[in-house]
Amino acid sequence: MNRFKAFVRKEFYHIFRDKRTMLILFGMPVVQILLFGFVITTEIKDVEIAVWDKSKDEVTQNITNKLLGSGYFKLVKNIDNEQEIYEAFKKGEIKEALIFENNFSKNLNTKNNADIQIITDASDPNIANLIVSYTSAIVYSYTSELNANLKIPMQIKTESTMLYNSEMKSVFMFVPGTMAMILMLVSAMITSIAITREKELGTMEVLLVSPLKVSQIIIGKVAPYVVLSIINVITIIALAMSIFHMPIVGSLSLLIGVSILFIFMALALGILISTVTNDQQTAMMISMFALMLPTILLSGFIFPIENMPKILQWLTIIIPPKYYINAIKDIMLKGSDLSYIWKDVAVLLAMTLILIGLSIKKFKIRLE
Amino acid sequence: MVKVENLTKTYDKGSIKALKNINLSVEKGELFGLIGPDGAGKTSLFRILTSLLIPDSGTAQIMNYDCVKDYKEIRKITGYMPGKFSLYQDLSVEENLTFFASVFGTSVEENYYLIKDIYTQIEPFKKRLAGKLSGGMKQKLALSCALIHKPEILILDEPTTGVDAVSRKEFWDMLKKLKKEGITILVSTPYMDEASLCDRIALIQNGEILSVNEPQNIINQFNRKLFAIRASNMYQLMQDLKRFENLNTVFLFGQFVHFTSNNREILESDIYSFLELNNHSDIFIQEIEPTIEDCFMEFAKVENSFEKH
Amino acid sequence: MEKVIIVKNLVKKFESFVANDNLTFDVFRGEIFGFLGANGAGKTTAMKILCGLSQPTSGELSVAGFDVYKQQDKIKANIGYMSQKFSLYEDLTVFENIQFYAGIYGLSNKEIDERALKLIEKLGMQAMRKKLVASLPLGWRQKLSFSIAIIHKPQIVFLDEPTGGVDPITRRQFWDLIYEAANDGITIFVTTHYMDEAEYCNRVSIMVDGRIEALDSPLNLKKQFNAENMNDVFIQLARKSKNKE
Repeated sequence: MNRFKAFVRKEFYHIFRDKRTMLILFGMPVVQILLFGFVITTEIKDVEIAVWDKSKDEVTQNITNKLLGSGYFKLVKNIDNEQEIYEAFKKGEIKEALIFENNFSKNLNTKNNADIQIITDASDPNIANLIVSYTSAIVYSYTSELNANLKIPMQIKTESTMLYNSEMKSVFMFVPGTMAMILMLVSAMITSIAITREKELGTMEVLLVSPLKVSQIIIGKVAPYVVLSIINVITIIALAMSIFHMPIVGSLSLLIGVSILFIFMALALGILISTVTNDQQTAMMISMFALMLPTILLSGFIFPIENMPKILQWLTIIIPPKYYINAIKDIMLKGSDLSYIWKDVAVLLAMTLILIGLSIKKFKIRLE
Repeated sequence: MVKVENLTKTYDKGSIKALKNINLSVEKGELFGLIGPDGAGKTSLFRILTSLLIPDSGTAQIMNYDCVKDYKEIRKITGYMPGKFSLYQDLSVEENLTFFASVFGTSVEENYYLIKDIYTQIEPFKKRLAGKLSGGMKQKLALSCALIHKPEILILDEPTTGVDAVSRKEFWDMLKKLKKEGITILVSTPYMDEASLCDRIALIQNGEILSVNEPQNIINQFNRKLFAIRASNMYQLMQDLKRFENLNTVFLFGQFVHFTSNNREILESDIYSFLELNNHSDIFIQEIEPTIEDCFMEFAKVENSFEKH
Repeated sequence: MEKVIIVKNLVKKFESFVANDNLTFDVFRGEIFGFLGANGAGKTTAMKILCGLSQPTSGELSVAGFDVYKQQDKIKANIGYMSQKFSLYEDLTVFENIQFYAGIYGLSNKEIDERALKLIEKLGMQAMRKKLVASLPLGWRQKLSFSIAIIHKPQIVFLDEPTGGVDPITRRQFWDLIYEAANDGITIFVTTHYMDEAEYCNRVSIMVDGRIEALDSPLNLKKQFNAENMNDVFIQLARKSKNKE
């Protein structure tokens, strides 16, 4: 126990005395979350729209005017068939199309009910989401004006369809992604560098020659990073909640639990990398290409997996952050409990166990 | 204490032969020196002894523990100081020592008497980071760290390389004191002049042991007359001696040239007249006792002539 | 004798730490000048300044006839440099290394081929011409490295511990090369930890704590300190500083 304490204390000395490590550990999460947060929540203005007015009556005219008068939207063209809508989207002429149903005003007056269909280009999901909510809000304010003089309220239903990204990712999608990325960075990359640094300096030689067991060396080396990673998780969540007002619908403890599982997985990966390299530079390169890039590109963090070519979709099966992002997204945004996300958690658990086993087995008790 | 038999080690699938069939034994309480240039195989041998490498063939034992099978026991009884002083540069002197003590399951206080002499010299700087110490102080700290668990045997890989002459001398004084404590010491060095400070030495080059013996016995094995020669123009002296009939070797040696001939009966006067004939002035010639370095070069010469690819 | 390096009152400070404390010395053309000192005595700092890699805090310095403050580029073109730590590219062949270094000193292709051929022949490395430097034994590398450092026929060559860890025979062959270069008129400025090598120098300076404490021929120094060899001289001088520390 004494040995373990001494080891961990030494490790913390290393971390606190190296300004660059400190910066990556604590500066990175803050910068990343702020960067993604501010880049993604853009304001909307003069969004190009097309209108297919099937009834062309007074009400549809009013609604259209109201939308255009708001300053948020700009009418690019009027159209009269479905084909044209898709062409306009494909050419990138419009971001949104509105379709008023037949006999709009009549339906509203007789059935107290009429439909507007909203189609948006969701290849940029955040913008799409905003556009829909702005449109709905304007339509809603129009109906409330009408209803002011009526006893039986009239209702205009907006029904939105997202093109290119039917599952609609939330604005807050960047939070789980950033968490996965930071944890990969801290747990896997920094750990692999910390271990290879000892090899480079020759201190690993002394540790190996000492009576320490391999498991003691590994745990001593890794324990501080578990603590730091958990601090990082908490920092990110706190930032997302306080600055970007992200609601956390599900259980906070489940969220942190799953995160800890992911941290262990990433640490095991880091150890595994350090067993196949002898210098810090190689460890860094491998971490970059084998861990960071897949986390960014293939986990569904930035690019929706459904839109990827089939081969890449298969490849994502072995990308651990995919499961982590899936799980915590559901916890944070949908409030899912363990019974909903158990599949993701199980896959992650299996991966973690395999990686830990592998890294202990590959960690050499000798120099070659 | 240490027994090495027919030890062979190769790297890169046999293309580099680091150790070629080495045999060696070290007695308990001995201060044993492994002397040879870089690339001779010193580090490979030490890494096998400390169980860090596995030999291709042959056996190595310390106190009857096999360096491959019984690596756990080996690691308990050895104190090892690798080539580059393996210290944590970002930890202070004190923190390094405490850390290594606890790694070996002991405390600084427990065996303090053993390192006291050495540690008191660096104690005034105990708060300083190891990375900021001078070469000599790093070396002392590394030795303290290797000693802190009171090992049966100390294995020191080139502890004096890159360290200035004063620190080197101090270091050897410390080793002598440790020897009195009954610790067996195995030390490697590329400095030939350190050989005379050991009880016994092994001269090693290109993975082969040239000779193992007490320093004086190695010197006694040198069976040629050795002359130290000096003249006013040393460069010209070298050039001319290289043309001497029956020349064996001529090497620069400090302020002199060391000269040996294949003619074992050669006299100072023979050389003198040759040099006078070649217009040298201020000629000084004296027959001297060889140093370990002379012996090393004599042993290595045979090898070197093969080495010329 | 012609002075090829002139140093007058050289001071180099790093914040409050004085690395070079008022150094004054000259080096003559064609001599082998040994620059000795304990670890941390300020040798490397002074050598960097002389090579034009670092600016002195104050003092007058001229190297190869050029001013250290204003003509660093000219100095660099007229000196050669070799250190134990870095010298050759291990992943290039012997010939490629020669080609590269000769190239950066602006030799023409014809000159490069000519001198490369001569150099390889002199070292007896014909068979190793196309071998990677990584596959050469350390001694060969050091000899090659030195020959390359003087391939552009510099006025002065700076050698920073050129023979560390090299076997005794190769070490001597290396000094044969140094003598030969000095005989050709190249000035040699060398640092070393081997005290027997100090004896090979025409003159030796010994630095202690940033100051030059002794400067003379090995013979005179031994007389002055009543010492048997240079090792004793060095230890007598360096001890003084140790006791202060």
